Amino acid sequence: MNYIFYFLIVISIIFGAVNGKLSDVVNAILSGAELSVKVAFSLIGIMAFWLGMMKIAEKSGLITLIAKIIKPITKRIFSEIPEDSPAIGDIAMNFSANAFGLSNAATPMGLKAMEELQKHNKDKSSASNAMCMLLSMNTAGFQLIPATVLAVLIGIGYKNPTEIIAPTLLVTSVAFISAIILAKVFEKLWKPQSETNEEGENVS
Amino acid sequence: MFHSIMQTISLWALPSILILILTMGLFKKVPLYETFTDGAKDGFKVAVNIIPYLVAIIVGISMFRASGIIEYVGRVFAPVLAHFNVPADTIPIMIVRSLSGSAALGVFSDIANNLGPDAYATKLSAVMVGSSETTFYVLAVYFGAVGITKLRYALAVGLLADFIGIVAAVSVCNLFF
Repeated sequence: MNYIFYFLIVISIIFGAVNGKLSDVVNAILSGAELSVKVAFSLIGIMAFWLGMMKIAEKSGLITLIAKIIKPITKRIFSEIPEDSPAIGDIAMNFSANAFGLSNAATPMGLKAMEELQKHNKDKSSASNAMCMLLSMNTAGFQLIPATVLAVLIGIGYKNPTEIIAPTLLVTSVAFISAIILAKVFEKLWKPQSETNEEGENVS
Repeated sequence: MFHSIMQTISLWALPSILILILTMGLFKKVPLYETFTDGAKDGFKVAVNIIPYLVAIIVGISMFRASGIIEYVGRVFAPVLAHFNVPADTIPIMIVRSLSGSAALGVFSDIANNLGPDAYATKLSAVMVGSSETTFYVLAVYFGAVGITKLRYALAVGLLADFIGIVAAVSVCNLFF
């Protein structure tokens, strides 16, 4: 991440200077910083709502129940996490919310899952295998209906917007399954967490 | 048919989750109001915790986009990608969709509005935008919320899966349209 952070900023400045867009690049610092705070603050309300609901779901045993139901799948994907951990139930809810396009609900559920996974994590500043898996599942962005895209297509008078759904579903499934397989492969190939910890940053 | 069923499910997914959570809570005699407000307290904390991570990622990406490098890379790759039946207009989406969701949607809207519903570029970009999630944003929010700074292989997997998604989108659209 250190390299990416360096690359994003330094390359942008150099390229912007060559391109004659240096002032745009400099202005982007302010607008980007403003946008970050806007994004974070716009999350507060919905985050509070779903974290509240998830607390009820946890206390009532619903999360554990969901975790039990999907155990056959999750014990293969999240092999390091105890089967009855609330993290598994949170992950299941995060996945379902994503699949149905409820990204407002999916993010707080995913963050709650991350917090549960952090409890099982040996090194609190580095990502455990389970965390990398949850992140991969979310960055792949599996979704049954691409609602926003459909809205744009309908807006421009696309005659049969639903013909987009099948190919999109196919592509998103391929990406999602690849992400899970890749995460599993990398889990085997990558240095175990404790070594990464001692040497510090290893990730580019 | 499939679409209308899915729409109904999407509409009812959220309300049913709420009914399920609250009903189960009531049956198990969970003090609903107190538990809700107790959990909701973390909302502010989580949102504030992710600000440093969001600032790092979003400022970096804003600068990157403002530098014009994405258009440049697009021009460089256009002749190569033309062999795979990829219209030059859609190339910025391939680069930007891992970086910024709103930017990807913006480019897609431009293509759709300028080239119209019948253009292959419209269909390809629709599939590419509809099948992706903004890898860098998800990374900043999810790892930021728990203070993870050493990503290990998480970003590599995310970007590789994004790349596979692009290849899949190009292949599938060539088949379908």
